[in-house]
Amino acid sequence: MTTVKLATSALALAAAAGAAQARDQIQIAGSSTVLPYATIVAEAFGENFDFPTPVVEGGGSGAGRKKMCEGLGENTIDIANSSSRIKQSDIDLCNTNGVTEIMEVRIGYDGIVFASDLNGPEFAYTPADWFSALAAEVVVDGAIVANPNKTWADVNGDLPAQDILAFVPGTKHGTREVFDEKVILAGCEETGAYEAFKTAAGGDEDAAEEKCMALRTDGVSVDIDGDYTETLARIDANKNAIGVFGLSFYQNNTDKLRVATMNGVVPTVESIAAGDYPVSRPLYFYVKKAHLGVIPGLQEYIDFFVSDDMAGPDGPLAAYGLVSDPELAATQEMVATGTPMAPLN
Amino acid sequence: MTNAAVHSTPRSGSLFSQDQRTRRRNTAERRFRIYGQAAIGIAMMALVILLASVLGNGLSAFRQTFINMPVTLDADVLDKKGNRDADDLKKVTTIGYSKLLLNSLTQLIEDQGLAIEGLAASDIKDMISDDAAAQVRNRVLANPELIGQTVSLKVLANGRIDGYLKGRVSMESAERDSNVSVNQLRLTDEMMERGLIGKSFNWSFITAADASELRPEAAGLGVAILGSAYMMIVVLVLALPIGVAASIYLEEFAPKNRWTDLIEVNISNLAAVPSIVFGILGLAIFINFAGLPQSAPIVGGLVLTLMTLPTIIISTRAAIKAVPPSIRDAALGIGASKMQTVFHHVLPLAAPGILTGTIIGLAQALGETAPLLLIGMVAFVRDFPAAPPEGLFDPAAALPVQVYNWTQRADPAFVERASGAIIVLLIFLLAMNAVAILLRRKFERRW
Repeated sequence: MTTVKLATSALALAAAAGAAQARDQIQIAGSSTVLPYATIVAEAFGENFDFPTPVVEGGGSGAGRKKMCEGLGENTIDIANSSSRIKQSDIDLCNTNGVTEIMEVRIGYDGIVFASDLNGPEFAYTPADWFSALAAEVVVDGAIVANPNKTWADVNGDLPAQDILAFVPGTKHGTREVFDEKVILAGCEETGAYEAFKTAAGGDEDAAEEKCMALRTDGVSVDIDGDYTETLARIDANKNAIGVFGLSFYQNNTDKLRVATMNGVVPTVESIAAGDYPVSRPLYFYVKKAHLGVIPGLQEYIDFFVSDDMAGPDGPLAAYGLVSDPELAATQEMVATGTPMAPLN
Repeated sequence: MTNAAVHSTPRSGSLFSQDQRTRRRNTAERRFRIYGQAAIGIAMMALVILLASVLGNGLSAFRQTFINMPVTLDADVLDKKGNRDADDLKKVTTIGYSKLLLNSLTQLIEDQGLAIEGLAASDIKDMISDDAAAQVRNRVLANPELIGQTVSLKVLANGRIDGYLKGRVSMESAERDSNVSVNQLRLTDEMMERGLIGKSFNWSFITAADASELRPEAAGLGVAILGSAYMMIVVLVLALPIGVAASIYLEEFAPKNRWTDLIEVNISNLAAVPSIVFGILGLAIFINFAGLPQSAPIVGGLVLTLMTLPTIIISTRAAIKAVPPSIRDAALGIGASKMQTVFHHVLPLAAPGILTGTIIGLAQALGETAPLLLIGMVAFVRDFPAAPPEGLFDPAAALPVQVYNWTQRADPAFVERASGAIIVLLIFLLAMNAVAILLRRKFERRW
């Protein structure tokens, strides 16, 4: 008979599971680039406030925004971290599901660095070098040909004669978008290949851009779908390779990696803040305005996140390797008044 | 033709001297034995390499570097109004407390006469883990009488200092590492000589919650162990009765027809479904449809229940089948009803087999990661869930997911943590399997 009793209690438990539960902690998901820093803020928030520590999840920028746009209510997340700006398609999805007011909070900037094994040679790159090394097709003597370059010296005589092998983030990463845009596309324009592609495509700019950003598929450029730890492990196994990292990750592993300069600028928190280092991007989080005042501590959390103590130039944000936003005061003001974001232009 | 020729030729030679064919057969057998031994050798080698790498990386996680120092809990800093009011005390944040720790450590270095050239205040501050400030703050808030006193504390040292004591950080690597300076390491050497800093067993690795990227030294498995335990409770409470009821019915009561055949085939198929599929199901049904909270052990437990059910049903049916029919016949013969037969005679005899199957199913569920990734259990959770049943709805982590989480962190100190977590997980699995074997040994009956 005990089995029957057990079964009944099991059913009772399952029924209780259906009952709605009031949620008292903030839930956050999104970009794996923002995740480590968001956990730092969440930890400090839980220590110093009477609210529970927010629950922070990764999953990627796009996935986080989609999750946020699933609707309103306690079993949806409150904040989406994102390493790229929200897209119109996300806003449309949000609107259809009743999430009409979203606050956009820019928390700072992240630099993207190129680093190789510590014991390898030094590299000083320009975006043009990367385009010539990794693009599927390049322009040689006015003709568009499949990329013939084998070593970095083929690309640029000043670079070491080391075989080209690059580990770049996979397409699901926000980092890849910035890499494509600020390195490959910029290099494409620098070398003049953009104009050649455009002429070849009959003046179609989109087709030319697409051609610029098409990377080689002969094993020279390797997409890494995992995170930076995987890139680091791959470089460890293959000392000739160059990897693409976030500045904060590199700063935690300076004893293993040698960073390359871009346009002669060494990536540091300072050079990114000054705008000298070309490959950087803003980081955001998006808050559902309807959840403010419903989820306890949400307003306090976002205030705390952008406070000078956390996101200022001397706070944990900078200590972690991200770059403080020069317009932080405006963001603080926006967060305090709860202004929802304007439509994307 | 050749076959016929072989068979028709009479065997020549003696039984004692082997002909060519016998020799060939014997060498084939010897060869096969060597293959078998080689296979076992490779398997054992893989196990040894795995264990060696996990133990080599992870054992150090159980010991942690602490600094022994007197901390002056200055009343002017911690309680400016002097009224010991709880709300006023809370206004002093961990930033205030970390300054307090810095002052105390600077004082200690002066008192001990440790002179390191070029040692900056920031160097001294970074010797102490950020978590120490939070710990001292909690202690003061819990016991305001401490304010104004000087207490002797054992505070966590920074992860890089810990790495130096464990051989992960060296003077050479410190020169290139922006997170630690050579001066700090020199100071550490001096402090070690005086016994001010040292390693001791790290209980907080097992009891404390996860910590962020900046303080690997404080990260622990507490929430993950609790979350895994909660999920196992849910699995046990749901999967055991449902699985046993289904097996008894199928084995003892159900008619043998096309429908029961179909059900049987499907249960076997279900056992082979990849676990990630159950995760997708859990996300769609339990979170999106039923509205259960994300990251909660109840959802994880429900998903793992679905995954474990087929295992339990299959092993339970095997156990029931192993009870000889004569027992049933005897019970029925003296007038017991079918249900009495099952519950009084068959089930007690099958119990050891059922328990073994259940424990092995639970062990499998304990190590499962993939379905949990989809239902939000990869989150950073620092608050301990409440006691069940309410706690089942609070966010929590799980042991295997914690391993996955830590391998993705940038700070190299988390490699050690991840391996340490694997050791804890392996200990749990070994313990569960040992219980299963013991139960089988003790209660199993053979006919």
